[in-house]
Amino acid sequence: MRGTEAEVKAKATKPADPAIVGEETAVLTQAPNVPPPIKRSHATKVIIKLEVREVVRKLSDGVEYLFWTFGGEVPGSFMRIREGDLIEFHLNNHPSSKLPHNIDLHAVTGPGGGAASSFTAPGHSSVFSFKALNPGLYVYHCATAPVGMHVGNGMYGLILVEPTDGLPKVDKEYYVMQGEFYTMGKFGDPGLQFFDQEKAVDERPTYVVFNGAVSSLVGDKAITANVGETVRIYVGNGGPNLIASFHVIGEIFDRVYAEGSTTPTLHNVQTTIVPAGGSAMVEFKVEVPGTYILVDHSLFRAFNKGALGMLKVNGPENLLAYSGKEVDAVYLGRQAEAGSEAEKRVRALEEQMQQAIKSTPAIANLTKELQVERGKQVFMQTCFVCHQVDGKGIPNQIPPLAGSDFLMADHERAIRIVLQGQTGELTVNGKKYNGTMLPLNNLSDDEIANVLTYVKNSWGNTAPAVKSDTVRRIRSETPAPVANAYE
Amino acid sequence: MGIGLALTTVIGRGAGLGVVAPPSGMALVPSGRYEPLFRGEKDPKEVTVEAFLLDVAPVSNADYLEFVKANPKWRRSEVKRLFADENYLKSWADDLDFGAANRTNAPVVHVSWFAAKAYCAWKGKRLPTTAEWEYAAAASPRRADGGKDTQFKQQILAWYAQPSVSNLPPVASRTPNYFGVHDLHGLVWEWVADFNTAMVTGDARGDTGLERKLFCGSGSEGTNDRENYPAYMRYAFRSSLKAAYTVHNLGFRGAKDL
Repeated sequence: MRGTEAEVKAKATKPADPAIVGEETAVLTQAPNVPPPIKRSHATKVIIKLEVREVVRKLSDGVEYLFWTFGGEVPGSFMRIREGDLIEFHLNNHPSSKLPHNIDLHAVTGPGGGAASSFTAPGHSSVFSFKALNPGLYVYHCATAPVGMHVGNGMYGLILVEPTDGLPKVDKEYYVMQGEFYTMGKFGDPGLQFFDQEKAVDERPTYVVFNGAVSSLVGDKAITANVGETVRIYVGNGGPNLIASFHVIGEIFDRVYAEGSTTPTLHNVQTTIVPAGGSAMVEFKVEVPGTYILVDHSLFRAFNKGALGMLKVNGPENLLAYSGKEVDAVYLGRQAEAGSEAEKRVRALEEQMQQAIKSTPAIANLTKELQVERGKQVFMQTCFVCHQVDGKGIPNQIPPLAGSDFLMADHERAIRIVLQGQTGELTVNGKKYNGTMLPLNNLSDDEIANVLTYVKNSWGNTAPAVKSDTVRRIRSETPAPVANAYE
Repeated sequence: MGIGLALTTVIGRGAGLGVVAPPSGMALVPSGRYEPLFRGEKDPKEVTVEAFLLDVAPVSNADYLEFVKANPKWRRSEVKRLFADENYLKSWADDLDFGAANRTNAPVVHVSWFAAKAYCAWKGKRLPTTAEWEYAAAASPRRADGGKDTQFKQQILAWYAQPSVSNLPPVASRTPNYFGVHDLHGLVWEWVADFNTAMVTGDARGDTGLERKLFCGSGSEGTNDRENYPAYMRYAFRSSLKAAYTVHNLGFRGAKDL
């Protein structure tokens, strides 16, 4: 019964606020969507009803996780209110929840940010009120013990308190929130994954993702804009541990509202810091069509842990702003001294080893498996952004590798394409593609052999291993690079 | 058996008792020491838990049916709102029908603290205290002090990582712990007699500060074991309750003095 008397007293003595006119129920949206701007020119009473649910959802392809959520998804629902509004906040903890939860809104002024007043057992609900005193973009999160685990399981989101005169008008608004997940299995290990307390305490995340899952902003789920439009992204970072370095590859933020402040203090910013439990608003005009990759520029998070999204910009080319590739030349830097005694000895030993392997089929088989494993690593670093983790490519843009007749038909052509790139029309499984793949001749012979062995032996494909020697031979047959036009 | 011998030794020394055969359905938990997760600055680091008897399994639907048959005022349609909220025995089909046959041995849930207390009294028992429950639950299948065992803790955590099930499995269907007690982890939460003394205010971060000092009339140096996440969750869960609350995964079991 504790607190009840105080609650009753607070209710009885709560003064009426003369500035509050009318009442409305807040529109809540799920990422990447944002509720429409507020058109009101006065404060009002806003009723927000938020439901806590513990749900199993996809964390990555084939990987599931029991997320603890505000509103059924990670990140939690986006809320949009106006400075001066009086918010009546209802936190409903779904009856199927295992645990009690609460909410700490950084937009609340008062001890705990609402946490103690909203502490709610499964199948119960709590109500508290607060006045939005400060405008800004604020994180909210669960603050029930153990707090790090509640946040680490996905309990965070953003609440925007618009200043009384609103934010500048833009053409597109999106909601992107980063967070880490700590699983018992490694990145990509399939099945329902459990929270790993040790990794969490050591701050060694298995996944770092935007909007609650690997690839949640990729392919047909990418956010979009048209050439000439101004985009505003409300960026949040739930943490629980890492500070994010938010960057959009190929764009410059015209304005950054650093740390969620309502004053655009920075102009022409490449990468902005988003603290754990903090936010930023970034605005930029898109001038050139194409796909822009959103990353945490702490790059292993982007390429090995999932912190990667896409913004697709449609519209006519703007060759003055960006020419596209004008010269495509191979540039070979200074190589290791060829013909040295050491190199000759290494060659001889390598050949000896190859002979030994050839004469023992069991080893030969194992080497293929090893190549597949190593090739997968190359693929996950270099190829998956376009060809996708499942090898299915992107419809109409990037041809599939999984079940690809084109890939499997010609052993040496695949090697040449990796070495020299590919431009112009080609047909894969009856569908025409007309894109450009840049040459990946920076990869070593071994890496190319391994990655091709991987793609030719994954997703249902089967083929013999690709030999490093074959790659070396084809590389040596490659036409000499044209002179660099800029030299 | 090794366990029996160990128990005899501990009981003999700790409680000054000889070998006692516990009544059917109960296990003897020998006296021992327990470190509360939260404590006041003047509270001792450890408290002694006297030897006591604890039900080997949570109370099942079949058990609870006997209780409501004998005590009409605890039937779903009769119970006073003051003593149980509107979800009391929600999963039952009717006053004297817990529904599907496979629920016979499933733990009873959606019961309030008042109801659990009344059931125990009817059985000549009582609810265990937090200290007793936590002390008994610290035992892994192999050792009395399983709380220091990372693997055991990780297994307990795994329960939180799995979604709730609507069809709870029968009680006592898995390996008991060192004291011969089943299901202290991984089946349902359980009521304890002093559930509302855990002193978690709802804002976990404030629990070490001034607010708690005022609130609970005791200072605090925070928690005893920052690494024990399952214990945090149990304390948080208990703190979120009021005595009339009923929850879909909250049951109870009885205890008794020796």
